Amino acid sequence: MGVALARLAQWTAAGYGTGTLEITPLNEVLLKEIIIFVEHFTNDHPQEAKCVFVEPLEWKTNLEPSAFESGYIVSSEEVDKNGEPLLFLSGPQIKVRSFGQLSQLVFIAKDAKLKETQACIEANRDPVVKILGSEYNTMTEDSNVLNILHKISNGDDPDNEKKMKIAILLKQLDLHLLNHTLRHISLQIHLNPVPVKKDIELLKSFSGKGDQTFLESIEYTSDYEFSNGCRAPPWRQIHGEMCYILVKPHDVDTLCVTCSTDGVFLNGGKTDDEGEIDYERKGEVYKDLVTFLKDKSAKFSENMSKQENKFSEEQQKNQTDEVPKKEETYADQKAISGTDKSNLEKTQTNFGKTQMTRRLEPSLNWRTTVDSKDRKTPVKESQEEKHGGKPEKSRASVSHGRAQLFRKSVDKVEEIASESSTESEEDEEPPDHRQEANADLPSEYWQIQKLVKYLKGGNQTATVIALCSMRDFNLAQETCQLAIRDVGGLEVLINLLDTDEVKCKIGSLKILKEISHNPQIRRNIVDLGGLPIMVNILDSPYKSLKCLAAETIAHVAKFKRAHRVVRQHGGITKLVSLLDCAQNSVEPVQSSLYETRDVEVARCGALALWSCSKSYSNKEAIRKAGGIPLLARLLKTSHEDMLIPVVGTLQECASEENYRAAIKAERIIENLVKNLNSENEQLQEHCAMAIYQCAEDEETRDLVRLHGGLKPLASLLNNTDNKERLAAVTGAIWKCSISKENVTKFREYKAIETLVGLLTDQPEEVLVNVVGALGECCQDHENRVIVRRCGGIQPLVNLLVGINQALLVNVTKAVGACAVEPESMVIIDRLDGVRLLWSLLKNPHPDVKASAAWPCDAGEMVRSFVGGLELVVNLLKSDNKEVLSSVCAAITNIAKDQENLAVITDHGVVPLLSKLANTNNDKLRRHLAEAISRCCMWGRNRVAFGEHKAVAPLVRYLKSSDTSVHRATAQALYQLSEDPDNCITMHENGAVKLLLDMVGSPDQELQEAAAGCISNIRRLALATEKARYN
Amino acid sequence: MNRKKLQKLTDTLTKNCKHFNKFEVSCLIKLFYNLVGEATERPGAAIGLDRNHYYLLFCLPLSSSSLVFRGFDKDNDGSINVTEWVNGLSLFLRGSLEEKMKYCFDVFDLNGDGFISKEEMFHMLKNSLLKQPSEEDPDEGIKDLVEITLKKMDYDHDGKLSFADYEKAVREEALLLEAFGPCLPDPKSQMEFEAQVFKDPNDFHD
Repeated sequence: MGVALARLAQWTAAGYGTGTLEITPLNEVLLKEIIIFVEHFTNDHPQEAKCVFVEPLEWKTNLEPSAFESGYIVSSEEVDKNGEPLLFLSGPQIKVRSFGQLSQLVFIAKDAKLKETQACIEANRDPVVKILGSEYNTMTEDSNVLNILHKISNGDDPDNEKKMKIAILLKQLDLHLLNHTLRHISLQIHLNPVPVKKDIELLKSFSGKGDQTFLESIEYTSDYEFSNGCRAPPWRQIHGEMCYILVKPHDVDTLCVTCSTDGVFLNGGKTDDEGEIDYERKGEVYKDLVTFLKDKSAKFSENMSKQENKFSEEQQKNQTDEVPKKEETYADQKAISGTDKSNLEKTQTNFGKTQMTRRLEPSLNWRTTVDSKDRKTPVKESQEEKHGGKPEKSRASVSHGRAQLFRKSVDKVEEIASESSTESEEDEEPPDHRQEANADLPSEYWQIQKLVKYLKGGNQTATVIALCSMRDFNLAQETCQLAIRDVGGLEVLINLLDTDEVKCKIGSLKILKEISHNPQIRRNIVDLGGLPIMVNILDSPYKSLKCLAAETIAHVAKFKRAHRVVRQHGGITKLVSLLDCAQNSVEPVQSSLYETRDVEVARCGALALWSCSKSYSNKEAIRKAGGIPLLARLLKTSHEDMLIPVVGTLQECASEENYRAAIKAERIIENLVKNLNSENEQLQEHCAMAIYQCAEDEETRDLVRLHGGLKPLASLLNNTDNKERLAAVTGAIWKCSISKENVTKFREYKAIETLVGLLTDQPEEVLVNVVGALGECCQDHENRVIVRRCGGIQPLVNLLVGINQALLVNVTKAVGACAVEPESMVIIDRLDGVRLLWSLLKNPHPDVKASAAWPCDAGEMVRSFVGGLELVVNLLKSDNKEVLSSVCAAITNIAKDQENLAVITDHGVVPLLSKLANTNNDKLRRHLAEAISRCCMWGRNRVAFGEHKAVAPLVRYLKSSDTSVHRATAQALYQLSEDPDNCITMHENGAVKLLLDMVGSPDQELQEAAAGCISNIRRLALATEKARYN
Repeated sequence: MNRKKLQKLTDTLTKNCKHFNKFEVSCLIKLFYNLVGEATERPGAAIGLDRNHYYLLFCLPLSSSSLVFRGFDKDNDGSINVTEWVNGLSLFLRGSLEEKMKYCFDVFDLNGDGFISKEEMFHMLKNSLLKQPSEEDPDEGIKDLVEITLKKMDYDHDGKLSFADYEKAVREEALLLEAFGPCLPDPKSQMEFEAQVFKDPNDFHD
């Protein structure tokens, strides 16, 4: 315990005294292990549990005296032989003197046990000394079991045997903790033991006697290898050290070297006594063993360079099988340690917020580029895990879309916050695959090198020939792409763009356009300043040149930094003006090197805008440059080549409110609907996606229906092979079905049956939308019946156990909608759906909570869930308006049952509801008023609401513009007015006049409630007057 | 030259020329005689532009200008007469790809045998690479460039370019039209020339 605590636990302030334990996963693990140890102590070792500590463990506790059962109020009944209590609590200070009491305490502390343990350990930096006495100081590393035994057998304490046992137990715990945490730490290692081991083995094979060898000898100091590949003792592994080696080069004395995760360095060498190693660092840290030795030994360096090839070849061979492993640890490491914990948490919360405010968006948007997908997956995933905070790595197939979603929201946060902040996701440089000079290079490499030479040293004619010849290589192949770069071709190609030679520019762009499919090349082009030059070319008088430049920009500008460069050099405006070309219907027939059709120019412009439109600022720039009307005009054409980038851009931009308004104004919906009928799947997908984005708006939903868009959407549901398109189509259906009229249409087209069929065997991206759509449809009685009849309830309930937040929100909503039907409710209950819903109330995601609370109205059933009612009441402490509204609604339902009402009253529902009264949110107001009026039905709750000052705010609700708030409020006031004090409060707050207006309302319930309330107030006034006169 | 004669000349040339209208032809004729100068306007004497005039107009690099001149001078009499002038410009300014290919091939086919041979290529490319001091034999690079070109354009693998080879290559990659040296005006000077010469007399007063 001692070693583990001193070495492992991450203390905020070094040194003893007031240091506190940081909240890190590692510390949490430590504390939990200690708690488990203490908890089991009494059971496992009843005798030892009674043994009295030498000194009490003393700390400030947060436990209230009332938490202890009788007999514990100030001190325990159990006393030691001197009559002192074994547990003593006074004020916040607590003293504990035995393991028995400690485990009792942990038991009493319940949820607070982690905090208590932490406080205890913080206050008692060396608990072992306090427990067993100072002779058992385990802080020193040399202690061992024998030592302890020796000390104990020498002592004459009667408790000797017990003490010894405790000492051994603590020692065991210590080891256990060390092992446990080691597992955690070993995941964070930078250099991992495997390559180090290989290096050493390799060097070994090149060492021995004689002049040609690298070294005389190289050896480990320890023969024992731990399961994680390290040879350093565990307490040194904590410092990142993996092994120690003795190296004897030809020309210098034996070096004792430490290989640690941070690098390789010289240590203090073997100390004379006992062969111990002086772990102190004595020199610079080198990145690896070979670099270290090269610096230390001239001979090594010399021999090394002689045989460099052989050695590096071997090394490479090794590396190739190492690579996957390295990547894995890289990702893991990022997932677990992150870069900076607090930073990480910040982004996480940030991320959570944006996701909420941005309406839960299912991850339809996974398409960036097909070609880059594969290459980027590892980076993306690690990114995703960073935000998810989960170190698992096995969801490659599904998670792709989600990663994209993450990217999107993260992108946005960053862009809004500060444009120059650290680049996200895609900007993390992919590992550079520069080819080794001596590796076996493909013949293309040499040929390309020769061509680049002619590019550099040739006049226009030679340059053009070289450019044309270069195009004969397979530029889609990575070998060729990287070869061009590695021989310095990119610089030359970009330089050519800056000359006056139009032909050279054309030739160069034709190559750049192809090779920029490679993400690494894109980055290199941006690094070399290629984008501003291309942006300038957009002004060229030659259309074909413009086209090529725009197309190349479309390929290069696939990441954030590039988006920014394009915008900052005025590229967006220029690209938007390319869209303007197509209005000229008289096309020149002549096709020359420099000319091309106007439509082509517009198409390339749209392609580039599509790429650029993935950034928020660029979307704005496109809009400001007048891009929307131009896109709208291009949308009327009928070339698929043109339509895909145009719709793609619109779809990308439709995430912005401004765009959705403009899209409506420019009559774009009509054409989107028209193109749903196209033959091209990609086009259909983008149209559906755009509709999905825009259909948040009611008018747009109506437009989709009026232009006949619902039928094609419904029929596209039948084709489920193309998942991207299916996700887009179901998304569009979901959003469209928010309008009742649309739902009716969908029913006509039998879409609901089809949707139910899609509840199984679909990727999450599709499921989210399908369930969302069903949730909307099920607001209708007829549809609920259809869903039940088609067997939709079972798969819906099955989805309640998922982990995808967006999906859960929709599923709970859909199940809730179905639960309105008693018949369906029976099925849901039979499938254990009610319990599942209840368990979702504990979900950390507020949206999930909110939607899970809606259907929680199963009367008696509710009480059968242990702690269920308490849970619901506690949800009133949430600060999320949606959660609160739905919880209030749930409470209204639950409280219909008298017994439930009694229970929730005991759980303090009245003060919690009262606390919420000062809200401006009409939705919350309505549900809150309903809940209050329902809760008045029990005991003295009416009075209690008055005492908790809920009445005055309620009166103000009557001034709200929402009539449904009026009705609920009037009913609540009516209930509250049964109490005279409340009547006075109401009167003082001017309720009578407001209620009088309500009496004239056409809403009969409102009328009655208002009138009833007035009459109660009036009656009280009369009674007081009477009393005064008597 | 009297008006009537000029009118007649304009009419015949307009009839034979695909790409120019009557106004444009008359502009070009006017320009021709301006360039040639009044001095040469003697009956019976050969009227024409010699090479030196030619450079002034199109600023083509000297290395290939002789080639271009040959392309214009169809009758090989060493000077360009008014008909050759108008027809040549018709190709330069308005020529279709086919016409241009034909013209360029003729220019590159130095000995007129219907093929562009390796030797011809070598001759045309010999100044295309900067001399690198490190290179032992400066001609090596040129030879290599010829090989690269052949690999790219010689579809029938007979070691020389026929018109069919050349045409196929150009249709595939328009950049190869002037593979062995510039012999057409670049689009910028072309536009400037047209703006200068075809000025509408009516615009004059604006």
